[in-house]
Amino acid sequence: MNHEPLLLATPSGDELKLRPEGPWTAANVVMLETLSRSVVADVDRSRAVTLDMSGVSALDTLGAWVLEKLSRRATSSGRSAEFVGVADHFSGLLDEVRQVNRHTPAPAAAPNPVLARLGDLGKSTVGAREDITIFLQMLGALFMAVIGVLRRPRSLRLTSLVYQLYRIGWQAIPIVALITFLIGAIIAQQGFFHFRRFGAESYTVDMVGILVLRELGVLIVAIMVAGRSGSAYTAELGSMKMREEIDALSTMGLDPVDVLILPRVAALVIALPILTFIGSIAALYGGGLVAQFYGDMGPAIYIARLHEAISVTHFQVGILKAPFMALVIGIVACSEGLRVKGSAESLGRQTTTSVVKSIFLVIVLDGLFAVFFASIGM
Amino acid sequence: MDGPQDEFAIRVRDLVVGFGRQTVLDHLSLDVRRGEILGLVGASGGGKSVLMRTIIGLIPRRGGTIEVMGQSAGGDGRGAAMAWGILFQQGALFSSLTVRQNVQFPLRENLVLSQELMDEIAIAKLEMVGLRAEDADKYPAELSGGMTKRVALARALALDPPILFLDEPTSGLDPIAAGEFDVLIKTLQRTLELTVFMVTHDLASLTTVCDRVAALADGKIVAIGPMRQLLQSEHPWVRAYFHGKRSQMLQHEMR
Repeated sequence: MNHEPLLLATPSGDELKLRPEGPWTAANVVMLETLSRSVVADVDRSRAVTLDMSGVSALDTLGAWVLEKLSRRATSSGRSAEFVGVADHFSGLLDEVRQVNRHTPAPAAAPNPVLARLGDLGKSTVGAREDITIFLQMLGALFMAVIGVLRRPRSLRLTSLVYQLYRIGWQAIPIVALITFLIGAIIAQQGFFHFRRFGAESYTVDMVGILVLRELGVLIVAIMVAGRSGSAYTAELGSMKMREEIDALSTMGLDPVDVLILPRVAALVIALPILTFIGSIAALYGGGLVAQFYGDMGPAIYIARLHEAISVTHFQVGILKAPFMALVIGIVACSEGLRVKGSAESLGRQTTTSVVKSIFLVIVLDGLFAVFFASIGM
Repeated sequence: MDGPQDEFAIRVRDLVVGFGRQTVLDHLSLDVRRGEILGLVGASGGGKSVLMRTIIGLIPRRGGTIEVMGQSAGGDGRGAAMAWGILFQQGALFSSLTVRQNVQFPLRENLVLSQELMDEIAIAKLEMVGLRAEDADKYPAELSGGMTKRVALARALALDPPILFLDEPTSGLDPIAAGEFDVLIKTLQRTLELTVFMVTHDLASLTTVCDRVAALADGKIVAIGPMRQLLQSEHPWVRAYFHGKRSQMLQHEMR
């Protein structure tokens, strides 16, 4: 028994006799393609083609299709082709293969690239409007849920709220403190390094204090929370949506906003100011350490300078922004989670969108707050 | 070629599988003959899927031997795609690929062939499982339950494996679709001369499609044979399974 497929072509006048031999199976596909290509010219030249199958030791769909393609090539131009000597146990497969690929669907017309671009632009414009609508809807739904809770305080999901607080607040403290500590230290080091040139080293403390309390503390913490907790919210709600858990909740007469979203967003709104406070303190501490070891400024002087440089206003400006940023992160994360469709890919896409969008909105919001606080003189 | 050692497609001997302290399969032995459709029944959580997943190498075994097509199984799984095709319960289609790409995936990863031939083979497989060429560019999320199973079957058959594993192929399908799927499996099994190992709860499938049925209880195969023979079995679990209210109707048909 031979272990390599062969294809013997014997032309006799106008007729061509093809005799495939050996295993015509997927494992030998490279040879099968070469063999069939080598006889194409002969097939095109002859009037009648006979395929003698008696030498084939093994046949699968792929092998059968390669032979069928040769026979179709012959018949397509009005010539004849036939299979002879087909073993019983191959005939079913061969008959099956003769049925397939008979009709080719019209290929979709390739769209004009310029029009396609314009179409994408239009779609994303409409999409942006839809995004705003969804954001406002979620804000409204949350507002109604809050009113519901104020009317009947017992309807608040306390267990869920506490659990979410533990997850996104308590468990986030180490990483938030570490990152803000490093940021504070880096800013202080840069301040000392550059201000030293014109002898303004002592103003480093002013810079660190104001920058951290007003802007950086809250911004860094909000971005971290958006990446850490916002993405978790989207993924959780998204997989619940995929597994119809949210539909199940609705059919039990419960509002998913009350049960799932309010505790999550409320936990964020409570946790983010606390994390901001912790983060700011950690950053100031980092600045203080750098002042001592790099700037030759003792802790007592650092604290005294800090005392002069910052007032409670700076602290208020920072901490006031935190709940609003938390609200934006929460709403974006939850509404993106609810937009997940059936597939795993959609879950991934929505989670990415959620993080990107909430970080973008947090920074935009920070800018708006800067304008606002400047105009009211805070 | 059809010597006695080739009579069996799968031979499982003294298989022991467990998780932690729990032993799921306890010295289980099972032979699947070449070219037959074997149905496996058992209680939910009783180890049917564990048995299937152990044979295909997804779950490590504690003891025993598994032979597939005369070769000892349980290596690193390379080349497994050529030996068997698997239809997972939920289809397990890759959601980021189109139907066509899903069917082509095993071809692309295991063989070197031209894109043209690959496209033709993919469409051929899709038509063999009763789908149309127009469905080839859809994504799995756009398919109905029955279509998902058909595409998954086309993917499982992409490389013409000699053995086909089916994990609850008709679950989640309406009776008409389930019946059509049964017929499809039977037809493909005949044309492609497949050995089919089918885990199922569908009594209709067991009666109409399976050549033999094996019953798994207490981690062992307690009865095996044609459906008629299983109906006579004295084992209490098998009796409860086939003589419950739901089974009465089908038995009636068998007489």
